[in-house]
Amino acid sequence: MAADTSQSVAKAAGEDAGKNSGAARGPRRATANGNPRPGRGLGRALATHWYAWAMVAPVVLVLGVIIGWPLVRGVYLSLTDANERNVSRTIGVRHIEATYEFVGLDNYTAVLGDPVFWQRLVWTVLWTVACVSITFVLGLALATMLNRQFRGRAAYRMALILPWAVPGFVSVFAWRFLFNRDNGILNKVLDGGGISAVPWLDDPTWAKFSVIAVNVWLGIPFMMVALLGGLQSIPGELYEAAEMDGARPWQRFRHITLPGLRAVSMTVILLSTIWTFNMFPVIFLLTRGGPGDSTEILVTQAFREAFIASPRDFAGSATWGVLILALLMIFALVYRRSLRKQGEVW
Amino acid sequence: MRRGIAATALVATLALAATACGGDTKGDGGETKAGGELSGTVTWWDTSNDAEKASFQKIAEAFTAKHPKVTVKYVNVPYGDAQNKVKNAFSSGSEAPDVIRADVGWVADFASLGYLDEVPADTAKKVDAEFLPQAAASGKYEGKTYAVPQVIDTLGLFYNKKMLADAGVQPPKTLEELKTAAAAIKAKSGKTGLYLRGDDSYWFLPFIYGEGGDLVDAKSKTVTVDNAAGVKAFKAARDLVSSGAAVTNATDGWTNMQTAFKSGEVAMMINGPWAVADSYAGDQFKDKANLGVAPVPAGSAKAGAPQGGHDLAVYAGSKNTAAAHAFVEYMTSQEVQVQSAKDLSLLPTRTAAYEQPDVKASEMVQFFKPAVDKAVERAWIPENGSLFEPLKVEYTKAVTGASSPEDAAKAAGVEFRKILKGWK
Repeated sequence: MAADTSQSVAKAAGEDAGKNSGAARGPRRATANGNPRPGRGLGRALATHWYAWAMVAPVVLVLGVIIGWPLVRGVYLSLTDANERNVSRTIGVRHIEATYEFVGLDNYTAVLGDPVFWQRLVWTVLWTVACVSITFVLGLALATMLNRQFRGRAAYRMALILPWAVPGFVSVFAWRFLFNRDNGILNKVLDGGGISAVPWLDDPTWAKFSVIAVNVWLGIPFMMVALLGGLQSIPGELYEAAEMDGARPWQRFRHITLPGLRAVSMTVILLSTIWTFNMFPVIFLLTRGGPGDSTEILVTQAFREAFIASPRDFAGSATWGVLILALLMIFALVYRRSLRKQGEVW
Repeated sequence: MRRGIAATALVATLALAATACGGDTKGDGGETKAGGELSGTVTWWDTSNDAEKASFQKIAEAFTAKHPKVTVKYVNVPYGDAQNKVKNAFSSGSEAPDVIRADVGWVADFASLGYLDEVPADTAKKVDAEFLPQAAASGKYEGKTYAVPQVIDTLGLFYNKKMLADAGVQPPKTLEELKTAAAAIKAKSGKTGLYLRGDDSYWFLPFIYGEGGDLVDAKSKTVTVDNAAGVKAFKAARDLVSSGAAVTNATDGWTNMQTAFKSGEVAMMINGPWAVADSYAGDQFKDKANLGVAPVPAGSAKAGAPQGGHDLAVYAGSKNTAAAHAFVEYMTSQEVQVQSAKDLSLLPTRTAAYEQPDVKASEMVQFFKPAVDKAVERAWIPENGSLFEPLKVEYTKAVTGASSPEDAAKAAGVEFRKILKGWK
């Protein structure tokens, strides 16, 4: 590189950095290649990478529309006193202007100061921990069993994936029929065995048990399939070598299977936690949060604020939504950090 | 580079948001009123139950015989989801119905949000003159008429005549008598006396009226659900269940109640005229004469049941308001009301309809009419419909024993004051 060019490059880069520090890296690299071109940093980046931008644009647009905008709008609404009476709406030819106002963090202090939020949070955490741990243990057990060679393995695998293939609301309604205290099949069967009717959905404790059971039933296929994939990626030689060294089955499981599954299980646990935390359909369709409010989790409560109360409280509901998002983000960050400490790449 | 993406994304989002706001989609199905003749499509969202809907669909579609150019699109929306669905449709304007069947408790709410088209002045005058005054009151908000009453109802005690006779008891007049009767029935047949709906707080109203209380006092803007009468009402409801006189459910109450009553698992239930058609379909009531109805049992103060019913209202954003209003007038006409009284035992809202032979011949109507005249009128405030959801939570808890009557009353009061801002 000639000295005079490099000087001018430094100057140009300096100017660019002043205007648009984000794009400064692009032009500097371009000029270093001996291809100094005049123009703004962003424009040049666009010119160089237009093809990449064109490829990315649809994704950016779609994400912006279906995630970005609702998110921004939700956060904004949570800082206002918007409800059904004061948002803008068009009724036929008549247009009613929005009259809600910015109220700062009032909604957050109101929600966090209300014992209802903490009660819901405690049950949501319990529900998530119970569902994820039970689903994981059962999924792992089933995956281990199905990982061996035996007759009809494919049929078993298909049967166990079935809950996944049925639309969620269909299976939840089916469960609701089974759980019906007076006319449900479960109680009819128990009655045949001389056991008196169990109030599956009528008693707060039993209702909690029932919703967890249904969610576990729905969640097992995913766990099983993911873990089965993980199991199949563990080299068989490890087991052979362990067997040669005289390791018992439990030791092989403990020291080969579990460490081998770590990468997969960490991911599925994270996903499963997020899904379960926000598992609206199971709770809403099975118990509607009842009896009373005993199975109400944070998302169903947010729905209650938004759609069941009248006038619909959009601001309050958005506040619940943002708080749920914040909780999950904190969880993901902590989880990721703890994984990093264990030396996982994620 | 990263920030560049973020900036682009932001710009893209804003641009899209702007276009999304600008691009208002207009639905089709518009109306033309050629030469005074009504035409176009009228979409009606009906909330009647499974036993009633076929009859209403037939009646609604018969509107075309009177106005050949009008097509009636009948849609049955389950009552439980209707309030939400209507609100969603009305607020977005897309796929919104022209006419809705609204519970009397919803009219003020929808009207206060500006969703309802006022009833034309001449129809409103007729409503005032020819309809039962307590029914007409339910269609009004702030002195204007927004809905025409279609049916009126109240709750009564449905009983299985044979089961009561076998046990040697009369239809109970008070909750105390109910408990005695239930004990006799259990001793005789092993069946339970009463099915008490535990998953819908509308069924709580006879208890609180029975103790001389009410949910709210709209005149003095006071929440009264948590006063002494309210606590007694929760206690009375719980007592029926804990003493074994009644069974209840926290979910699927309607289905379980109807199944139990129709199959003779319980001898009595508290229900309204809308349950008559379905009850007649049951094994126990193949002989229709076996179904008896009595006033709801009295609490310690009096016997009281809520006045309910359904009104028909026109969406303010309807593109076919002329035909929609004509449809409402037709659906609430004497002829139609007499027919639904005859077929479905539903109570007319027109005073003169009660003079018709078909209506006079209906045993159910003959029972319910005096009950309706004595029924307790609710406060027609916009928040009326939204009180039931928080009340349901507490009522279910109290009835199933998950919380004490005192706690339930107190919690209901707290929730009510959140909805009714500034009330005592």
